[in-house]
Amino acid sequence: MAESYIGRTVAEMAAALRGGRITAVELAGQAIAHRDRVDGRVGAFLARTDAMALEQARAADERIAREGEAAPALCGIPVALKDVLVLEGVETTASSQILKGFLPPYTGTAVRRLLDQGAVVIGKTNCDEFAMGSSNENSSFRPVGNPWDLERVPGGSSGGSAAVVAAGVVPYSLGTDTGGSIRQPASLTGVVGFKPTYGRVSRYGLIAFASSLDQIGPFTRTVEDTALVYQAIAGHDPLDSTSSPTAVEDPVEALRSGVEGIRLGVPREYFVEGVEPGVRAAVETAIETLRSLGASVEEVSLPSTDAGLATYYIIAPAECSSNLARFDGVRFGLRVEEPSLLQTYLRSRDAGFGPEVKRRIMLGTYALSSGYYDAYYRKAQKVRTVIAEEFDRVFERVDALVCPTSPTVAFPQGARSDPLAMYLCDVLTIPVNLAGLPGISVPCGFSEGLPVGLQVIGPRFQDARVLRVAHAYEQAAGFTAQRSPLALEAGAA
Amino acid sequence: MSTATERTQTPRGIEGSGYEAVIGLEVHAQLLTRSKMFCSCSAAYNDAAPNANTCPVCLGLPGTLPVVNREAIENTVLTALALDCEIPPFTKFDRKNYFYPDLPKGYQISQYDLPLSRNGLLAFTVGDRQVRCGITRVHLEEDTGTLKHAGDLIHEATSSLVDLNRAGVPLMEIVGEPDLRSPDEAREYVVRLRQVLMYIGVNDGSMEKGSLRCDANVSLRREGDTELGVKVEIKNMNSFRAVHRALEYEIERQLEVLRNGGTLVQETRGWIETENRTVSQRSKEQAHDYRYFPEPDLPPLALDGDFVERVRTRLPELPGARQRRFESQYGLTAYDAALLTTTREDAEAYEGLLAAGVPAKLAANWQTGDVARLANAHHVPLQRSGLGVAGLAGLLRLLESGAVNGPTAKALLDELYLPGGDPEAVVKERGLGQVSDAAELGRIVDEVVAANPKAVEDFRGGKQQALGALVGQVMKATQGRADAKLVNSLLRERIGG
Repeated sequence: MAESYIGRTVAEMAAALRGGRITAVELAGQAIAHRDRVDGRVGAFLARTDAMALEQARAADERIAREGEAAPALCGIPVALKDVLVLEGVETTASSQILKGFLPPYTGTAVRRLLDQGAVVIGKTNCDEFAMGSSNENSSFRPVGNPWDLERVPGGSSGGSAAVVAAGVVPYSLGTDTGGSIRQPASLTGVVGFKPTYGRVSRYGLIAFASSLDQIGPFTRTVEDTALVYQAIAGHDPLDSTSSPTAVEDPVEALRSGVEGIRLGVPREYFVEGVEPGVRAAVETAIETLRSLGASVEEVSLPSTDAGLATYYIIAPAECSSNLARFDGVRFGLRVEEPSLLQTYLRSRDAGFGPEVKRRIMLGTYALSSGYYDAYYRKAQKVRTVIAEEFDRVFERVDALVCPTSPTVAFPQGARSDPLAMYLCDVLTIPVNLAGLPGISVPCGFSEGLPVGLQVIGPRFQDARVLRVAHAYEQAAGFTAQRSPLALEAGAA
Repeated sequence: MSTATERTQTPRGIEGSGYEAVIGLEVHAQLLTRSKMFCSCSAAYNDAAPNANTCPVCLGLPGTLPVVNREAIENTVLTALALDCEIPPFTKFDRKNYFYPDLPKGYQISQYDLPLSRNGLLAFTVGDRQVRCGITRVHLEEDTGTLKHAGDLIHEATSSLVDLNRAGVPLMEIVGEPDLRSPDEAREYVVRLRQVLMYIGVNDGSMEKGSLRCDANVSLRREGDTELGVKVEIKNMNSFRAVHRALEYEIERQLEVLRNGGTLVQETRGWIETENRTVSQRSKEQAHDYRYFPEPDLPPLALDGDFVERVRTRLPELPGARQRRFESQYGLTAYDAALLTTTREDAEAYEGLLAAGVPAKLAANWQTGDVARLANAHHVPLQRSGLGVAGLAGLLRLLESGAVNGPTAKALLDELYLPGGDPEAVVKERGLGQVSDAAELGRIVDEVVAANPKAVEDFRGGKQQALGALVGQVMKATQGRADAKLVNSLLRERIGG
C-alpha cells in the first residue's frame, strides 16, 4: 500500500508523482477515502464525482508517464470546486434549492484550465447559497463544520472549499471571493486563501453573485501551492470581457525574491474596535516577523474604510438582484407550476431561494428603483471610487498592506443570527473587492486555540508581489505546518 | 416602390379643429450580422428549428457572460453616420430589468444614458412640405426570444412554448424626435428610414417578419402651443399601412376625447389590425420600473476617431443625395429620380445601364416601366433576373441603334427577362431585325395599298385612322419588324396626306 499523502501539499504530491512514489489513481483513492471518513462530520461536499476522478487520475498517470517533468504542476492532483463553478454534466447548485438537479452543459474557464492541466476533481463543495454569507450557514443543504472545531463555522461563503483543504481531503480547492469569501474562511480554517486582482481570472462559468466584485481563487496549504494554482487559472479569456489582456507575471518565480527592502503599510483603520485582542496580537507579531525579514513597516491611513461595508451592501445586492433574475422557473432549476405566469414566477422563486438571498434581492431591487437610484446605487459607486483612490494613494508610498483578514476567529454555529452582525465579518476584506485589488490570507498563529489569518493586500495586478510577501512570512513563521485535528486522522502524514 | 406613393388624407377632423398632432417614432431594426450580439450563435433565427441557434450564453445559463459583437458596433456606427448623428467617444451598456419568458436572463442588455450616438437628422419631403425630423439617439441592444402560445389568443392559451433562436440578435433602436405632424409624415419617415437602413446594408427592411418594428408616440395640442400634450404610445404596427391607420385612428380618438371636454391619460395602446382600432394595454401607473444600471459584465467602450473614420469609408451615397444627383446629372424628373433610387440595387442597375451606353432617358423609361412591371410580376429584380443589367443594356442598345423596333424590344424583354439570353444573338438567329430598307418596305407598302382599296379610299376621304390599319397590315407582313416611322412616311408618300 502506498504511503499516505493526506494533508500534503500540491508541490509534494507533484514531486511524488514524478518520482514514481505514488500514482494519481492512488492519490485520488486516498482523497476519496479521507473525504468519506470525515465528511459526515464536516459536511463540505455536495456532488461527489468519484467515477470522473478515477478516469481523470488514470489519464493523468498516463500523461505523467509520457511527459515526465514536463507534465503540468497540477496533473494528477485531487481538487474540489466550490459549487458556484460549473462543470459540464456535474450537478451545480450554488447551494440553492432553486438549482437542485441542474446539470450544466458547459464547463467554466478556470475549471477548464485545471482540467487541461490534468486535475482530478473529486467533488463540488458546499457554500453559502449563491455565495451570500460569511459562515456557510446560508447553505440550503447543510452547514459546514470547521475542521479545527466542528461546533464552529468555517467562515463563508466558500466554507466548504476552505474546510476540505483544512481537513486534508484535497491539497487545494477553488473558491470565489466577492467581499471576503475566500480570505475570511481561509483565516478561520488556518489555510491559505487568495483573491486575485479583479480581471485576472476569468469569471466565465462562475454563477454570478455580484459581477463587478466576484473573483475566483484558490485555497491551499502553502503560498507556493497558491502560486501554482494561480498560474494555472490566471490570464485573459475571450469569453470574459472583464478579464485583463495584460500578461501574467510568473508568480512562482516571484516567490524567490523575499521581502528585503519591501515597504509595508499597516492601515490603522483595520485595527479598530471589533478586532479581537488575540487576532490583533497574532497579526502584530506577524508584522514584526516581516520587519525582521528586512521589510520596512509604516502606519498608513485609509480613511473611508468604514464606508466600505455600506457601499458593498448596496452594490453587491443591486447586481445580485439582476443576476438572479434568470432563476425564474422557466428554463432550468426549480419550477412550481401555477396557473398563471406571475404566480409561477413568485412561487418558484419563493420556494427556491433562502432568506438571505431574498433579503439581498430585495435590498438591491430597492437600491436600483426609480427615485432611489441616485441616493443609493449612484452614491455607492462614487464612494467606491473614493475607496479605490485612497488605496491608489497609499500604494504610492508602500508596496503592500498588512492587516488582519477577519476581526475574529471562528465563531460557534448559530452565534450570529443578526444579519448585520454577520455582515461585519467582512469589514476588513470588502474594501479589497471594492477596489479590485489582490488579497491573500495566510495563517499567522492562533487565538483561543483557533487559527488567525494575516491579510496581505497589493496594488492591482501586483498579485505576484502579494504572494511574495505572504510566502516570505510563511517560510519564516511556519504556521502552515499546523494541521487541523481532522487532517491528522487516520493515516495522515 | 408603391408604399412611398400611397397617399391618404390627414384625419378628417383635425384640419381646422384648432389642434395639431405631434408624433415621434421609435424604430427597432435587427442588424444583419452573422452572429448574435453577445455570443457566436448564428443570427439567422428564421432558418433554424426552434432553439437550434442557441448556446449557454444566449440561453442565459448560470455563469455565462456576454461578449460584444464588433460587427454590430460597426453597423450601428454606420447607421449613426448615415443619420448625421454625433458619436461620443465613450459609450456603455446597461441592464434593463424585467421578467418575461422570452427574456432568458431576466434583463435585456441595452443602452441607457450613454448611447452609441445622438442628435441626428432625417430629412425628406411629403407633398410640398420639407420635413426635418431629428434623431434623438441610435443605440444598440439585444432582441428577445419568441413565444408560441397553444391556442389562438394569449389569454386563452393553456401553455406557451419558448423559442430562443431570436434571443440575442443585435437590435438597433432609433428614437426620433417628436417632429412629425401627420400620419402621412410618420409613414414617410418610416419609409425613408427603412430605405437608408437597406442602402447601407444593415437591415433587411421586413416589417412583416419583424426585422423592422415601429412604435409611435402621439399627442395633440392646441395649434400654436409649444408644450407637448398627454402622450400615448402605440405598439404592434407591422406595416407602413398599419402605422398610418393606427395614427389616424389615434388622432381621431384623442380629438374626440378633447372635444367632449375629456382628459387624456398617458398610456400604452396596442393597434388591433383586424379591428382597425387601438386598445389600452397599460397606464402610466402600471409602467415598468426597469431599474437600469450599468452592465457590470461589459467594460465601457471607447470609440476612437480612427474607428469611426474607418467605418465612415463604408458609407455609400445615400438615397436623398443620389436622387438629387440623378436629377441634375441625368436630367431626370424628381419623380423618376425618386423611383430609380428607391433601393440601392435599383440605382446601381440604372447607372449600370448608363455605363453600358444606354441614354439616360431611354434607360429611365424602360427601368421604371416594363422592367418594373416584370420585376413586380415575377418578384425578381432586374439584377437577379436572367437577363440582368448587361442583357437589358444590350437590348436597349439594339433599340437605340434601330436594329430592332420598340414592339420587338418589348417582346424580347418579356421573353428573356427570367431565362436570360443574348438579345443580339436572338435577333440574328430569328431574323427579328428591324426592316428599314426603303426599297423592301416600298414593295410591301405597294402590295398593301393594292390589296386594301377601301382603306385607301377612307384615308383619302379624311379618315386618319384608316392609315393605322394600313400600317398594321405592313407590320403583319413583316412579322412586326418594320420600322414604323418609315412605313408611315412611305404610305403617306403613296396615298397622299
